[in-house]
Amino acid sequence: MTAPGTPAARPPAGPEAGAQPAVTWDERPTAWARLVSSVDARRAFAYLVGFLVLAVMTGPSGSSSAPTSGFTGSLFNPRVFWFIGLAVVFWGATTARHRYQARIRAWNDSVLALPRRLMPDKRVRYGFYLALLVFAIIYPMHVSGFWQQVAVQQIGVYVLLTVGLNVVVGYAGLLDLGYVAFYAIGAYSAAFWTGAMPVHLPFHLNPFWTIPLAILAAMMAGVLLGVPTLRLRGDYLAIVTLGFGEIVSIVAQNLTSITGGSGGVLGIPHFSVNLLGVHYTWGLGNLPYYYLLLAFVVLILVLFHSLEESRVGRAWTAVREDEVAAEASGVNVLKYKVMAFAIGASTSGFAGVLTASQVGYIEPQDFTYYLSILILVLVIFGGMGSLPGAVVGAAVLQWFPEFLRLHPLFGFQQQDLYIYLGALLIVMMIFRPEGILPSKRRKREIGLAEHGVGTADAMTTTTAEIQ
Amino acid sequence: MTPMLALVGVEVRYGAIPALREVDIEVRQGEIVALLGANGAGKTTTLRTISGLVRPSKGAVLLNGRRVDQVPAHQVVGLGIGHVPEGRRIFPRMSVLENLQIGAYHRRGVTQAELDHIFELFPILRERRNQEGGTLSGGEQQMLAIGRALMSKPQLLLLDEPSMGLAPLVVEAIFDIIERIRDEGTTVLVVEQNAAQALQLADRGYVLENGSVVMADDAETLLGDERVRVAYLGEGAA
Repeated sequence: MTAPGTPAARPPAGPEAGAQPAVTWDERPTAWARLVSSVDARRAFAYLVGFLVLAVMTGPSGSSSAPTSGFTGSLFNPRVFWFIGLAVVFWGATTARHRYQARIRAWNDSVLALPRRLMPDKRVRYGFYLALLVFAIIYPMHVSGFWQQVAVQQIGVYVLLTVGLNVVVGYAGLLDLGYVAFYAIGAYSAAFWTGAMPVHLPFHLNPFWTIPLAILAAMMAGVLLGVPTLRLRGDYLAIVTLGFGEIVSIVAQNLTSITGGSGGVLGIPHFSVNLLGVHYTWGLGNLPYYYLLLAFVVLILVLFHSLEESRVGRAWTAVREDEVAAEASGVNVLKYKVMAFAIGASTSGFAGVLTASQVGYIEPQDFTYYLSILILVLVIFGGMGSLPGAVVGAAVLQWFPEFLRLHPLFGFQQQDLYIYLGALLIVMMIFRPEGILPSKRRKREIGLAEHGVGTADAMTTTTAEIQ
Repeated sequence: MTPMLALVGVEVRYGAIPALREVDIEVRQGEIVALLGANGAGKTTTLRTISGLVRPSKGAVLLNGRRVDQVPAHQVVGLGIGHVPEGRRIFPRMSVLENLQIGAYHRRGVTQAELDHIFELFPILRERRNQEGGTLSGGEQQMLAIGRALMSKPQLLLLDEPSMGLAPLVVEAIFDIIERIRDEGTTVLVVEQNAAQALQLADRGYVLENGSVVMADDAETLLGDERVRVAYLGEGAA
C-alpha cells in the first residue's frame, strides 16, 4: 500500500534487473536496494512527499511578480513542521496497522459494535438520540455569533443536503453529480414565489408557502431528468447529472431578464409567521434559523429512517446490489430509482428555500459544480447509506474548515478547501474506507470486497448484461 | 388444451444481430422441459424473453393463452413466472432471509409458512438465514437463487444453468430438488449445458442451434438420438 501522489513508490529494480539467465550475480542486495525495497521506507517517503506537497499547496501563495515566493514562503514556514509531524504520525499509524492488523481490526469491530452493545434496548437508543437533540438545542445558545452562523449556514443546511444525497447515492446507489442543480431550483423557486426575481407574479408568498412549491419544482425536475436517464446504467447517469448541474447554473447566469443573471437575486424575504395573533419573523439573527433548521432536519431524519426500514428501503438495496436480479424478482427498478432520485432532489430543493430565505440573496455562483462534489464528499466521509453518518460527516467536515480558519498556525484559506478535502479522503480511504459511521450493510460490503466477493463501489454497476 | 407456456415464432435481435429466429416452444402444465444447445445458441435469451427482460422483435410469448411479451419484467413475476438467472445473481450483501423476502416482493407480506417451505427444501438456508448471500458457497447460492424465485409462488420456474460451476454431488442434489419442485406442482423450464443429466431429468427437450430450434422431442428420444449424442453428450460418432 502506498500513499497518494508518489512517483517514487515503484517496486524496486534490484541489481538483477536485465540479467541474463546463466549469469551469476551477487545475491545480496545493496544497502540502497534494501532501503528501497523496504515497505516501511517507501511508505515513509510517500507520506513525507504527500504532506510536503500539501504544505506547499496550502501555504502562502506567490504573486505574478515573484511566482516562487509562495513556494519558498510555504516551505520555510513553521507550519511545515506540523505537516511533517502529521506525515510521521500517519506513517506510524499505517505501519502499526499492518503490523497489528488483526488486533486493530478486532478493536475496530468492537468499536463499531459498541453503539449496538451499549444500546441494545430501543428505549436506551432513543434516550441517547433525545440527549443528543437536547444538546443540539442548548449548546448553540452558548457559542459566539460566528459559530451560530456556522451552525446554520455551514452545518445545518449541509446536513440537510447530505441526508438528501445519501438517499440517492447511499440507498439507491446512483451517482448524482448534479445534485446542486436541485438546490438552485429550490432557491430560485423561493425567490420567484416571494416576488424577489425580476419576473414576478402579482402576489407574494411567505417563504413558508414556497416550501411545498419549491419541493414540487425540484421533484419534478428530478423526475423529468430521472425517467429518461435512470434507464441508463452507472456512469451515464453521472455524466447526465453533471451536465444538468452545469446547465442549471449557466441558465441562471445567462437568463438575466428572468433570474437576474450573475448579479443574483436580492431581497428574498425571511420566514415569518402571522397566525392566530402570533407574529414572528425570522430576522437576521442566526439562532432562530438554527432552530427552524433543526426542526426540519429532525423531521426529515425520522422520515428517511422509516423509509430505510420499509419495503422501499429494501427495494433500494436490491436495486443497488443487482438491478437485473431485482427486476427479475419483481422489483420495479425504474420506479424505485426515480423515487430515490426525486426524494434527493426534493430535499435539495428544500434546503435551497431555507438558504435563500436566510441569506436573502442568491447568485449563480452559489450553485457551482464544486458544491455537488463537496456534498458527495460529505456523504462518503460520513459513510454511504448511513443516516447518522450523513449527519456526523456533514457536521464534522463543515465544522473543520472553520476551525482551521481560526487556527493561528494553519490559517485556512477558502481556496484550499478542496486540497484539504482531497487529502482527508485519501487518508480516510486508507484507514477507514467505509466512512466514519458506516451502515451495517456498507461495512459488510467493504469487508466482502476485501475478501474478493463483489465490489465495494457505491454505484453498483451490473455489467453481465447481454446473454 | 392450451399449453402453460408457448413461444410462437419468437425472434429476438441484439442490435442487428439476431439471437433467436422463429423459435417455437411449448411447455405444458407439470412438465420439466430441457433447453439444450451450445454456447451462444440462444438458450439464455429464450429465458430472458419469457421473463420480459428482453423484448422479442417478432412473435409472441403466451402464458396460459395470454400474451406476456410486452409486460414489464417486474410484472411478469406477478403473473407466475419465476426466473433463476444465469450465474445465480443473488444479492451478495443482503442476508439469506432478505434475499428470500425480495423474491416475494410483488406480493407484499411473507408468511413464516412460506419461508418454512423453502427452508424445508433447502435446510442449509435455514442455518444460514442471517448470513449475507455473498458468503455462501456456490451450491448454497444456487439454492438461494432457486428459493428466491420460488418465493414468488410461480406456476412456471425458469432455471438458467443451475449446474454451472458446481461439484457433481451438488449438481445431483440440485437436480433432485428440481424434480421435487415439479412434483409439488410447479412446471419447470431448465436451460442446461449438462445435456445428459438434464435429459434424464426432463420429460421433453428442445435443442437450439444458432438461435433456431433444430430438434424437439421426448427426452428419452433425444437421449438416444445420434446427433444429440455426438454434439452434446460428447460421444464420438459410432
